[in-house]
Amino acid sequence: MSEKDMRVRRIEHGTVIDHIKGGQALNVLHILGISGSTKAVVSVAMNVQSDVLGTKDIVKVEDRELKQEEVDRISLIAPGATINIIRDFKVIEKHIVDLPEIIDGVVKCDNPNCISNSKEPVTSKFTVNKEPVELRCIYCDHMISEEIAEHLI
Amino acid sequence: MHLTVINKFKLKGCILGVMQKHIISMRDFSRDEIDIILEKARTFEPVARGGSSSLLSGKILATLFFEPSTRTRLSFDTAMKRLGGNVIDLGALEASSVAKGESLADTIRVIASYADAIVLRHPKEGAARMAAEYSSVPIINAGDGAGHHPTQMLLDLYTIMRESSLSGLRIALVGDLKYGRTVHSLAYALSLYHADVTLVSPQQLKMPDVIKKDLEKQGAHIRETTRIEDVIGDIDVLYVTRIQKERFPDPAEYLKVSGSYRITEKLLEKANDNLIIMHPLPRVDEIDPAVDKTGYARYFEQSFYGVPVRMAVLAMAMGAK
Repeated sequence: MSEKDMRVRRIEHGTVIDHIKGGQALNVLHILGISGSTKAVVSVAMNVQSDVLGTKDIVKVEDRELKQEEVDRISLIAPGATINIIRDFKVIEKHIVDLPEIIDGVVKCDNPNCISNSKEPVTSKFTVNKEPVELRCIYCDHMISEEIAEHLI
Repeated sequence: MHLTVINKFKLKGCILGVMQKHIISMRDFSRDEIDIILEKARTFEPVARGGSSSLLSGKILATLFFEPSTRTRLSFDTAMKRLGGNVIDLGALEASSVAKGESLADTIRVIASYADAIVLRHPKEGAARMAAEYSSVPIINAGDGAGHHPTQMLLDLYTIMRESSLSGLRIALVGDLKYGRTVHSLAYALSLYHADVTLVSPQQLKMPDVIKKDLEKQGAHIRETTRIEDVIGDIDVLYVTRIQKERFPDPAEYLKVSGSYRITEKLLEKANDNLIIMHPLPRVDEIDPAVDKTGYARYFEQSFYGVPVRMAVLAMAMGAK
């Protein structure tokens, strides 16, 4: 693809998250803690045609190399995503996302009677089952297996 | 052997970031660990029946009950005292720092500095797991909302072991399988024993799919029906639960299903001779009092077995040899 055909230009340094399931890019930004107030240069392409996924989203974050534990969280909503770390326009590392065994403070338990939804000094924590993706609340054992993005804190 | 179990508990606890010998959920136990606790309880039974021991002499147990309890609280009290230990409690909640708005986390941190172990019942699910994160002494979960009640599960298994058999067990769980905390823990434990489990409940109170799925993953054999009559002749244990008004978000829903099942002598005409009937108590009208005098009733023995089982749990939690 020539430079002029590209929807989003190549980046010199940073991270490219590709093969995000179509429509999930904003949730990916949320998981990474990238909000409107961030100073980083962030490019987002949504619903780009993809041979494999039908449509996919792409996120490029300039001058920031995401850590493995950061990208692992992405697999909650985009299990097939790939992460490319870019330096001097070249891919120097490629990660395939892998869910962590425990996620902490990312997803809210949807059991209203769970202690993690009280005023107690406790953040939500879940153990993660990878296939299929299922989250079990460490506190109340409540399980979340569908529409995980809707439970993101 | 006993110390090995304690180490296993520690290991499992570490996985969840918990560093003590806490007893929080059925999921903290393997079948081997359960078997060892049941065997230990068996050795304590003579003491529970009126004997005494100095095993936990000099130890203090704090019982923190943020919800009403009779059997659980008193059987922990009894178990601790029969083993020579002392018990402290919160007294009336209105007169405690809880009434001033103190968090559970702070209450636990304070009480942990007074006692050698804490028994906790709390209305919020997961309260005991959180308490374990803040406690420097073992936390024993005595029920967290509609969540877990592991010592009830252990005493249920102990009752089956003593009064029937855990091997090749065919059991029906009857009543509120949606909100009832004891049946969730028990069903999980039964899956470790490969029991043949029939779930009997009205449609509105069926066991949540997520729990059933989990049990099936453990290798449990599960059937479901809405009629006790369908299974009464094919089971060894009939485990009846109260439909708990306090767990229903909508009182109208409670009225629709309360009194769905009532165990009577007539119903039991079709039962196996060796059937036993269990109930975690208190009962309201699920079991006709006339059933008490039949050879099937075991719910009062079951209540008693809470003492030796909790003795075993306390001894293990406090590291007594």
